[in-house]
Amino acid sequence: MFDNKREREEPEIGGAGMADIAFLLLIFFLLVTTIDVDTGIGLQLPPAPEENAEPPPIKERNLLNILVNSQGMVLMDEEPTPVNQVKQKVKAFVTNNGKDPELSDSPDKAIVSIKTDRETPYNVYIDMLDEVMGAYAELRNQAAQAQFGRNYGQLEDDSEQQQAIQDTYPKKISIAEPNQ
Amino acid sequence: MGQFEKKSAKSDPTISLTAMPDIIFMLLIFFMVTTVLREVTLQVQVDYTRAENIEKIEQKRLVSYIYVGPEKLQGRKVGNTKIQIDDSIIDDVGAVQQLMYDKLKEEPRLIVSLRVHDETEFGIVTDIQEELRDAGTLRINYSTKQEQ
Repeated sequence: MFDNKREREEPEIGGAGMADIAFLLLIFFLLVTTIDVDTGIGLQLPPAPEENAEPPPIKERNLLNILVNSQGMVLMDEEPTPVNQVKQKVKAFVTNNGKDPELSDSPDKAIVSIKTDRETPYNVYIDMLDEVMGAYAELRNQAAQAQFGRNYGQLEDDSEQQQAIQDTYPKKISIAEPNQ
Repeated sequence: MGQFEKKSAKSDPTISLTAMPDIIFMLLIFFMVTTVLREVTLQVQVDYTRAENIEKIEQKRLVSYIYVGPEKLQGRKVGNTKIQIDDSIIDDVGAVQQLMYDKLKEEPRLIVSLRVHDETEFGIVTDIQEELRDAGTLRINYSTKQEQ
């Protein structure tokens, strides 16, 4: 008698609640997800200097010294410069191609050297670095437009075209140790 | 006309709901995969600076953060500038090198994102950069927000 009853029972689990459970989890993940992407100014640090190694000789003209003091004033190659003119000056320096004897020989030799005081506020430094990055971004865009008819950012990542532009305008930025 | 009406009246107007859980699960899995649960409680105050020429970091898994800013004290007061890595405050800048070296061992393509309070003096950032150079973690990123 009992056996009979058992056989009749259907051992199914109701599948209707499944969607509810999935919805609940979905809503949880929807709420905790932050899609905002990290943004920032990327930089490649130079490798640590080897012991007792002499720094490679660099011609004075290929070096653009930018000094930011603790009051947030900017000095470019001994000349006081407002922050909003930094971009213009960096572009002139990089694209000089040997014309002006004070400025760089060629874009791939140009080095921008940034030096700060220990007390320099961080946001002033970032503003200045932003201008330098802006100068390089504009130059790279110009080169990419001239060669490939597209902006640098639209070129495919790690493609030959992008590499070509990078070789034309390598970003050589050095950060010197601050004055004590 | 009559013919058409007859035909449409015959067809069953219910939509099958059996695929519903599948769709929901697909969405669920998408959000599970893209979610990065926030695991750090900030012990230092960080207000980001703004800049125009910024880039996005696409691969979040490569990123390791260093927070620099005034230490949060009780109430709304803030103390001296401190460095925070993961969940602890680092008192000695020299310890940064070892920590970052270990992380670099685990992830050779490591990007170090420096999240620095905008009014911090730059000296401490240079100290950190020196440590990073010694550790060999050369890819860095100054975290900034897009200028409005």
